[in-house]
Amino acid sequence: MSTIYIMWLRQLKRYFRSKPRMIGSLGQPLIFLLAFGFGFGKIYSQAGRGDYLQFLAPGVISMAILFTSVFAGIEIIWDRQFGFLKETLVAPVPRLHIMIGRTLGGATVALFQGVIVFGLACLFGFRPELKALPLTLVFMFLIAVLFTAFGTALASQLNDMQSFPLIMNFLVMPLFFLSGAMFPLEGLPRGMALVTALNPLSYGVDGLRMSLGLASFYGWGLDLAVLSLSSAFLLVVGGYLFSKIQI
Amino acid sequence: MPKPIIEVENLTKKFGPFTAVNGISFSVEKGRIFGFLGPNGAGKTTSIKMLTTLLKPTSGRVLLDGHDPAADQAGVRRTFGIVFQDPSLDDELTAWENMEFHGVLYKVPPGLRKKRVEELLKVVELWDRRGDLVKQFSGGMKRRLEIARGLLHHPLILFLDEPTVGLDPQTRNHIWSYIKNLNRREGITVFFTTHYMEEAERVADQVTIIDHGRILARGTPAALKKKARAKSLEQAFIRLTGHSLRDEEASDIEHLRMARKMWRR
Repeated sequence: MSTIYIMWLRQLKRYFRSKPRMIGSLGQPLIFLLAFGFGFGKIYSQAGRGDYLQFLAPGVISMAILFTSVFAGIEIIWDRQFGFLKETLVAPVPRLHIMIGRTLGGATVALFQGVIVFGLACLFGFRPELKALPLTLVFMFLIAVLFTAFGTALASQLNDMQSFPLIMNFLVMPLFFLSGAMFPLEGLPRGMALVTALNPLSYGVDGLRMSLGLASFYGWGLDLAVLSLSSAFLLVVGGYLFSKIQI
Repeated sequence: MPKPIIEVENLTKKFGPFTAVNGISFSVEKGRIFGFLGPNGAGKTTSIKMLTTLLKPTSGRVLLDGHDPAADQAGVRRTFGIVFQDPSLDDELTAWENMEFHGVLYKVPPGLRKKRVEELLKVVELWDRRGDLVKQFSGGMKRRLEIARGLLHHPLILFLDEPTVGLDPQTRNHIWSYIKNLNRREGITVFFTTHYMEEAERVADQVTIIDHGRILARGTPAALKKKARAKSLEQAFIRLTGHSLRDEEASDIEHLRMARKMWRR
């Protein structure tokens, strides 16, 4: 337990000490929220679907969590490059505990980031129902755990930062765009419907929307089940890969 | 004769077709200062990594205080502290937080931890800087902090991989006097690598010279000098390992890359 705690604490300290990173990572969600929210708002309401900002905001919150958590997981590559990873790898504690502590730390940071974006969205006119706020936080945290574990699993297989753009462009971006964060899932072409259904983030976004009083596509039971199962799966895989790291 | 605390038998590590360490065997008695010397790329760092559970040997056996890393990794990891060749501190944390982190990972009880952290930071003269972020430290300060950290959990063995590389003579002298002191006071066994032969000659009880993954010679510095009919350990070292220049020590990853390139051709 103490190992998990100290790894978690370290992630938090690092996050709160790097204000530029904290602020910098708010830029992208803000642009999406404003440019798309207001840019497509008119067309969306003309199509008879209501207020686009209300629909988009949960997607952008998910996006902030997705990016922060994948980054937090991938931070292991930095630790490897700056040497700190070795300090944790020679410690007489199970590597699974190190990995879990790290993942929870990264997920907590990503949750914070999501909450900040949530606040900003409200500032720009997002008016959700807050009756099920605890459930909202549960969904946000699950998305965060899932993708931090995903980042950790990836990073344990990489030796340097060279493949980083590859991961961003071919994994993280598609995960975001093909999740229904930006568009409704109803009536998609078959191929697209299949891809979105295979993307665990779709269930995160869907669950988040539902908890904020918007219509759900998959139903919250399925959302919760898919998110928890895939988080558990990636934690196990990530823990295994992490325990096999040699330097 | 006391029982050795480090026992190595036929230790071998291959990276693809490249053999970094080729069947070395040696042992170190408890309480000794043991110098592991060799030119760049001789296999020193790879050996240390295998001794400290960071790398799995291709074949051969290691025992640290009777613990076998293949069977009891955590047991082995509790026996030693290590100062790596490259820095391994968290730059975004303070000196004190780095120590605290290590203490928690090694399960040093809180009361003892506090006392020991203070004591060690005073020894390495960083107590006044304990609240500063490590990224503001100079190379020598980071080294001192790493040594203090490596000693926090009362290890039986301290591994030092080129602990004084890139430091000025003052700092080097300082660091060695701490280490000698510790060795005398706490009976800690020290296993170190270095390029500075005069340093090895001055501090080591025993040295082993390794090149191309094989052990070339071993004994006290005086015995090696006598054997090579040399005036200094440096001269003996050059007589044993030859005059040819070496490439910079490549990391294991580079060995792998090298291996891959060869494979492709």
